[in-house]
Amino acid sequence: MRRFMGAAGLGFLVSSCNRGILDPVGPIGAAETQILINSTAIMLAIIVPTMIATLAFAWWFRRGNTRATYRPDWEYSGAIEMVVWAIPALTVILLGGIAWIGSHDLEPSKPLASRVQPLNVEVVSMDWKWLFIYPDQGIATVNQLVVPAGTPVSFRLTSATVWNVFFVPQMGTMIYTMPGMTTRLNLRADRQGVYEGRSAHFSGDGFPGMQFKVHAVPPQQFAAWAQSARGSGQMLDGRAYALLSEPTSYVKPMTFSNVAPGLFQAIATGHAPSPRQLPQARPAPGVGA
Amino acid sequence: MSFFGKLTWSAIPFNQPIPLITSIVVLLALAAVAAWVTIRGWWPYLWNEYITSTDHKRIGVMYIVLALVMLVRGFSDAIMMRAQQAVAVGQSQGYLPPEHYDQIFSAHGTIMIFFMAMPFMIGLMNFVVPLQLGVRDVAFPTMNNVSFWLTASGVLLVNLSLFIGVFARTGWLAFPPLSEKAFSPDVGVDYYLVALQISGVGTLLTGVNFVTTILKIRAPGMSYMRMPVFCWTSLATNLLIIAAFPVLTATLALLMLDRYLGFHFFTNDGGGNSMLYMNLIWMWGHPEVYILILPAFGIYSEVVSTFSGKPLFGYRSMVFATLAICILSFTVWLHHFFTMGAGADVNAIFGIASMLIAIPTGVKIFNWLFTMYGGRVRFTVPMHYAIGFMITFVFGGLTGVLMAIPPVDFVVHNSLFLVAHFHNVIIGGVVFGAMAGYTYWFPKAFGFTLDERIGKAIFWCWFIGFYLAFMPLYVLGLMGATRRMQHYDDPSWQPWNIAALVGALFILVAIVLTVVQLLYSIRTRDKRRDLTGDPWDGRTLEWLTLSPPPHYNFAVLPDVHGEEAYWHRKQEAIERDKLIPEPDYQPIEMPLNTPVGVICAFFASVCGFAVIWYIWWLAILGLIGAFAVFVWYAWRDEHEHVIPVEEVIANARERRRIRMENLHQLSQST
Repeated sequence: MRRFMGAAGLGFLVSSCNRGILDPVGPIGAAETQILINSTAIMLAIIVPTMIATLAFAWWFRRGNTRATYRPDWEYSGAIEMVVWAIPALTVILLGGIAWIGSHDLEPSKPLASRVQPLNVEVVSMDWKWLFIYPDQGIATVNQLVVPAGTPVSFRLTSATVWNVFFVPQMGTMIYTMPGMTTRLNLRADRQGVYEGRSAHFSGDGFPGMQFKVHAVPPQQFAAWAQSARGSGQMLDGRAYALLSEPTSYVKPMTFSNVAPGLFQAIATGHAPSPRQLPQARPAPGVGA
Repeated sequence: MSFFGKLTWSAIPFNQPIPLITSIVVLLALAAVAAWVTIRGWWPYLWNEYITSTDHKRIGVMYIVLALVMLVRGFSDAIMMRAQQAVAVGQSQGYLPPEHYDQIFSAHGTIMIFFMAMPFMIGLMNFVVPLQLGVRDVAFPTMNNVSFWLTASGVLLVNLSLFIGVFARTGWLAFPPLSEKAFSPDVGVDYYLVALQISGVGTLLTGVNFVTTILKIRAPGMSYMRMPVFCWTSLATNLLIIAAFPVLTATLALLMLDRYLGFHFFTNDGGGNSMLYMNLIWMWGHPEVYILILPAFGIYSEVVSTFSGKPLFGYRSMVFATLAICILSFTVWLHHFFTMGAGADVNAIFGIASMLIAIPTGVKIFNWLFTMYGGRVRFTVPMHYAIGFMITFVFGGLTGVLMAIPPVDFVVHNSLFLVAHFHNVIIGGVVFGAMAGYTYWFPKAFGFTLDERIGKAIFWCWFIGFYLAFMPLYVLGLMGATRRMQHYDDPSWQPWNIAALVGALFILVAIVLTVVQLLYSIRTRDKRRDLTGDPWDGRTLEWLTLSPPPHYNFAVLPDVHGEEAYWHRKQEAIERDKLIPEPDYQPIEMPLNTPVGVICAFFASVCGFAVIWYIWWLAILGLIGAFAVFVWYAWRDEHEHVIPVEEVIANARERRRIRMENLHQLSQST
C-alpha cells in the first residue's frame, strides 16, 4: 500500500512537471533544464552530507551521551578552516564556470545556429493581452502565437504600457517587455504541439488573464495559416490598435489580416495611437473579458 | 481641491465586507486594549517606563512587540493569499477580486520586510548589543527613542490604508511605470511611499546609532576581536543600513517627485526610464536581505556556542566571513533582473559575484557544525531553531545559487520557485533566528523563562509548516507558475496550492501558540524565575548582570580580559569559589526620559497622512509641529539624571549575593 502511494505520488509529480520547464520542447529550454539539473546535483553532493552531519553531530554530542568526548576548549583547527573555505570556494569556481559559459551560450539576443531562415515576430505586451506582429507575413495576432516547428523564431519585444515578461515555460528563456525599449529573444520549438504562455511580471489587475497559446505546427501548415490569415479578418490600423489598447483581460485569440507598417517601431518609441485620440471608441468585436 | 484634499467619505470601504469587518474588529480590539490599560491605571507606567523611555532595553522590547503584532497582520495577508490560490482555478475566481488580492500581496511583502523582520532584528540588537559590549546604553539614547517612534509611524500609516483608502497594488517594491500616476492614480502607492520614507529615516538613525555605539562605546578591554559575534554581525548590518537606506530614500523620493510634481524620472514619457528605478531599488534591496540575515547569523552563533558548551569554532573566520558578506552584498543587485537582456558579460559577472556570497555563508554553516563537534549539546528551544535553520537554510542557499546562474534564472525568474526560495531563506533564516533570539533573551528581559514545551511545539509548527507551505511552491515554479496570480487556469496546480495552504495553517498554529506561550509563561512566572541572571550557562556579558538588568545595566563597567568575557570570569570564580573583590561604586548618570520621540512621530504621521491625501495645510502644520519639537528638545536644560550611589550599591550587593549562592552550588558540583 505504502509503495503504491509512493509510486502514485512520484507519478503525480512527474505528470505535474509535464508542460513545465522540466519538459522543454526546444534547444534553449533543454539546455537550461540541463544546467538546472546538473547544478542541483553538484550542490546536493555538498549539502546532503552537511545536513546529515548537522543532525549526526548534534545527536552524538548531546549532553546525555557519555560516550562522546567533551572538548570544551576546542575552537580552532587550521586544517578544518582550510577545508571549510575550500569546499564552497571550489564549488563556486565550478558553478561560476557553468554560469559564464551558460550566459554566453544562451544569451537571449544571440541568433540560433540553423540552416532555416528564422521567423521574425514582434511582441507587444498591452493591458492585458499580447499582440504578436509578423512583419514578414504582414499579419498580426492577439493571445495566439503560431510558429513553424523546427524553425528559429527571432523575437523583438516591447510594451505598450507597463512592464511584463514574455514567458513560454516549455520553450525556455523569458524576457522583459519594457515601454520605450526593445529587447531581443531567440527561441525554437522542435516538438509540435500547443504550449502555454503567460506574463511573468505583475502588470496590474488584469495580469492573471495575460495568457496565450503557442501553436508549434509543421512549416507547411504555418504557411497555409499565414496565407488564410491574410485573406480574412480586419486590419490592424491606428484605429484598431487604439481600440485594442483599451484595458481588457482574458482576451480571446484574434487575427489581423494586415498591419500598419512600422507599428511596432511606433509603439516601441512611444508614438503609437492612444485610446484617448478616439473619444467615441467602442470595443472591437472579440475584445472583452 | 477641497479643504480635506482628496479625502472623502468614499475612502472608507463601506461596501467591501472584508476590509470593513477587519477595520471594525481591529478598532474594537484597540479600544478594548486602551480601556483595559485605563481601568488598570497602567498609562503612567507605560508612559514613563516604555513610551518615553531612552533605555535601550525598553526600546528593544517595544520593537519586538511591534514586530510580533505586524507578524500577525502580515500573516493574515499570507493566509488570505494561500486560501485564494487554493480555490481560484479555472471557472472559479476565488473569493478575492484582483483589486483586493493585489493590495494583499503588496501589503504582505511590505509589512513582513519593513515592519516585521526589520523591527524584530533591530529590537534584538537594541536589547542585546549594549549589554554584550558591557556598557550602559547606546551612543544616542534619545535618537534611539525617535527611531522607534518613526518606525511606528510608518506602521500606523500602512495599516491606516486598510480603513481609509487603499494600499498599493504594485507589489512590495512598487516598480514604475505601474506605480506612476498614469497607471496607479489612487492613494495606494502614496501610502506605500510616505510610510517607507518616514520609517526609513528611523532605520537610518538606528544605523548611525549602532555603528557609533559599537565603534566608540565598549567596556574597558573589549577590543574588536573580543566582541561577541552578534556584535560583529550587528556592526555589519548597521553599516549596511547606513550605506543602503539613503539609496532607498532617494529612489522613493524620485518616484514621489514623479507622482506629486509631474517629474519624469521613471515615466514612460518625457524621457523617463523605468530601468533606472529597477537598478536603484535593488541597490538597496539586495543589501537589505543581508541587513535581515546577518543579525540572525549572530544569534545562531551565540545560541550554538552557548548550548554546545563551547566557544564558537573559528571566531576569526566568522568575523571575516561576516565582513565579506557585508561588502559583497553591494555587488550583486543585477541578479534580480537577469531577464532584462543586459547581455552575456554583465549577466555572467553579476551571477558569479552572487555565487561568491555562498563561500562565506558556507563557511559559517561549517563553523557552526564544528562548534557542536566535541560539545555537550542541550536541545533547548533556541537550539531547535538553530539546527532547524542549518538544515533548512542550506537548501535555500542551493536554490539561491541556482538562480544566480543566469540561464537557470531565465526559466525560474519571478516564478513561484523564486517565492519559495526567498521564503526558504527568510523563514528558515531570519524568522527562525528571530524566534531563537526571542526565546534566548526573553529571561534576560523579564526575569523568567518562556515555557519550554510550548516553545518546542511552536518550533515544530514553524518547521513543518514551512516545508509544507513552500516545497510545493518550488514544484509549482518548475511547472511554470509565476508569482502574484490572483487566478490561474491550469488545474494541475491546484493540489500543490492546497498543500501550501495546509502548511500555512501549521504556521497559523505556531503564531497562536506563541501568544499562548507568552500568556501561560506570564501566569506561571513565579515557577520559572531566573534568579541567577544566567539561565543558560551563558558566555557573554549580558549574563553577568541581573535579569532584568537595572536601567544602567552594570554597576561598574566590567573589565574584559579576553574573548568570551563573562565565561572566563565565571570559570575563574568557580575555581576560586569567590567573586572578584567589590569595586569602588560611583553614582551613575543616565539619560532622562523624553517624550520627543512620540511627539515627533505624531507630527510625522499627521504630515504623512496629509501628504497622502493632498491636505496641504495639514502637511505644513505637521512639519511645523515636528520642527518645533526638535527646537524645544535642542534647547533643553537637563538631559541626565543621577542614580545615587546607595541605590547602585544596594543593587550590586544583591547581585553579588545571588552570584555567591549560585557559585557555591556550581563549585560543589564540579
